[in-house]
Amino acid sequence: MGTNVVMPQLGESVVEGKISKWLKRVGEPVKLYEPILEVETDKVTTEVTAAGEGTLLNLYFDEGEVVQAGTLIAFIGAPGEAAPSNGGVVEAQAAPAARHEQAAATARAAPAPSPAAQRVSPVVARIAAEYNVEVSHVRGTGEGGRVTKKDILAYVERNSAGSPLPVAEGTKVGELAPWEQPGLGELFRPTEEVFGGPASTAVPAAAPTPTALPGETVTLSSMRKSIAEHMLRSKHTSPHVTTVFEVDLSRVVAHRGANKAVFERDGANLTFTPYFVAATVAALKKHPMVNSSWSEAGVVLHRQVNVGVAVSLGDEGLIVPVIKNADAMNLLGLARAVNDLADRARRKALKPDDVQGGTFTITNHGTSGSLFATPIINQPQCGILGVGMIQKRVVVVTQDGADSIAIKPMVFVGLTFDHRILDGNSADGFMATLKQALESWVV
Amino acid sequence: MTEKTLIEGIREALDEEMARDASIFITGEDVGPRGGVFRATIGLFAKYGPSRIIDSPLAESSIVAIGIGAAMNGMRPVCEIQFADFIHPAYNQIVNEAARMYYRTGGACPVPMVIRTPYGGGIGGGLYHSQSIEATFAHVPGLKVAVPSNPYDAKGLLKSAIRDDNPVLFLEPKKGYRLIKGEIPEGDYTVPLGAAKVTREGADITVYAYGIMHFYCQQAADEVAKDGVGVELVDLRTLNPLDTNTVLESFKKTGKALIVYEDNRFLGYGAEIAALLADEAFHYMDAPIRRLTGPDVPAVPYSHALQDWFMPNPQKIAEAMRKLAAY
Repeated sequence: MGTNVVMPQLGESVVEGKISKWLKRVGEPVKLYEPILEVETDKVTTEVTAAGEGTLLNLYFDEGEVVQAGTLIAFIGAPGEAAPSNGGVVEAQAAPAARHEQAAATARAAPAPSPAAQRVSPVVARIAAEYNVEVSHVRGTGEGGRVTKKDILAYVERNSAGSPLPVAEGTKVGELAPWEQPGLGELFRPTEEVFGGPASTAVPAAAPTPTALPGETVTLSSMRKSIAEHMLRSKHTSPHVTTVFEVDLSRVVAHRGANKAVFERDGANLTFTPYFVAATVAALKKHPMVNSSWSEAGVVLHRQVNVGVAVSLGDEGLIVPVIKNADAMNLLGLARAVNDLADRARRKALKPDDVQGGTFTITNHGTSGSLFATPIINQPQCGILGVGMIQKRVVVVTQDGADSIAIKPMVFVGLTFDHRILDGNSADGFMATLKQALESWVV
Repeated sequence: MTEKTLIEGIREALDEEMARDASIFITGEDVGPRGGVFRATIGLFAKYGPSRIIDSPLAESSIVAIGIGAAMNGMRPVCEIQFADFIHPAYNQIVNEAARMYYRTGGACPVPMVIRTPYGGGIGGGLYHSQSIEATFAHVPGLKVAVPSNPYDAKGLLKSAIRDDNPVLFLEPKKGYRLIKGEIPEGDYTVPLGAAKVTREGADITVYAYGIMHFYCQQAADEVAKDGVGVELVDLRTLNPLDTNTVLESFKKTGKALIVYEDNRFLGYGAEIAALLADEAFHYMDAPIRRLTGPDVPAVPYSHALQDWFMPNPQKIAEAMRKLAAY
């Protein structure tokens, strides 16, 4: 491991620089950002500083030599470490230091990319975006080494092995910085392990396996019929309105990270769902009108807080087992209840009683990548909470009057409610409480 | 089937259509007993007589004007302008009257007429016998413009033009009259207006052309195929209305376009193709859209050396194809 010293490009039209003076000799120690040499161009004279510390192991050019921008001109490393034997073009001048080692090893003898090679035609840009290909990794056969449509298509074919969204060489997901991965990390797998969804929320769900050929009619299962009947009835019964809040899950994520192992010892798989159930319970307690049902005689406020959690059964449909008296459970109890109901739902081992008596429902549509949705109310309840995919997003944080940008795990949470019972203001009051509960989770 | 020339295709179309429909008549300079300067109408005077093959005065505006009046009164005239270079005196009749009559009369008066005219250079004709006029007229709404590139299309397109209820300017590549040969099936058939044709499939570049330039492009494509360059050739056949679908689909396949026309480069017909591709297929573009055209000089020169310099030919086209494929 060492640090390359590369001839900088000192201006947009400048392609080379003259080494006017070496400020360090081979064998001398170098500190980070310490000037190593002076470079002179016809526009400016400036110092080049070290991008890493260590010992200056090799200088590849003498004073007075004119060197092309991007060329390796010196090497800093640990004493005794082998330095590259001669200089060469490294790669794009602004590349991070970590990339230089790899590039120096492979690209030393490569010619400088010509301006034509760096130009990308619209079709190449489109294909590169579609297949997530770094164009600079593709060997160009066009004029001046330009990457042509054929080049990139051949590259995609070579590297894809039939996958619709192949990942380019050298950009494996694991090597990307966490903030460049869309909600893929271990921390951001909210409930899919519970619900048996796809392992990665960023990958589109596989197309449903057709049970009949085009032109044929798919027979309705009893579950399908029941869902259809219920959904239609609900839409005819309640005037649906949806309100969406964005919630910062930093504290929930931190709490889950700190307690997952503890919960494991207690036999519970701690997902994000219990947190949303717990926050919902707190909000329902504070806003009892949401935990209710419409009747012609009046709004029936439920004594119990029974929270249903929708569980997807794939193509078959979905089912909503209910956590009874959820307000009597702590997080561990809720986690166990969620685990148990989801597990039995998948094994088709739910008892009729398990799916009855709900007073409010939560649906985790985020497990399939959805950001926010407008679910249909589970009659005769007043509302349904939709939880979107948890994503790291850039947000503006104001602290002591100063704005700054932070990366935070964020989620869109939507409440679809019966407008006969609630108005936007009261629904938003419920959502504000829910948001507050999640954002102020005590770690 | 025997090989026939492009001009034979035109003569067959005229003959068969006149036999089919008594409302069709031909008028133009020397179209009668002489059979036209290029002999497109030879034999028709003897067959259909002076009331249907009418020699006109040397006045293009009146040739077209007579056609418009007749068309408005139920006839289907086919007017011949001896050389496209001479069409300009009839510009007012074609653009202000023929093309707009249907619109001006709120659909009451269609003008079902055809104006045939030989165009293009390369025949040693100099300034007054070599012009390409397609861009000027393809610009005009209400006027259809067709250009055949081979005997089969010449016959089929001309039949469609005669049967169409709109005025159609039918441009005949005069250098190709006897140079371009091909098979013409027996019996009646038509080639629709507004349909371009992919005449050669290839994966590397798309070349758009019409008329004699399409003929040259075929030769050039054969030539560069020896070097492994796959040319997809699109014969536009109708310049207005343009078959944008075929034009775009081929470009989406190759991402590289060369448009060949012998007209002056500036505001030539290929500029419209280039604009269409840039507008509607930008994300398929893999190279700058190229044109190979005649130069922006006042006329095709008479001097043979200068005429050669002016005209795109298979060698120049092949070079442009190679360069674009290599881009």
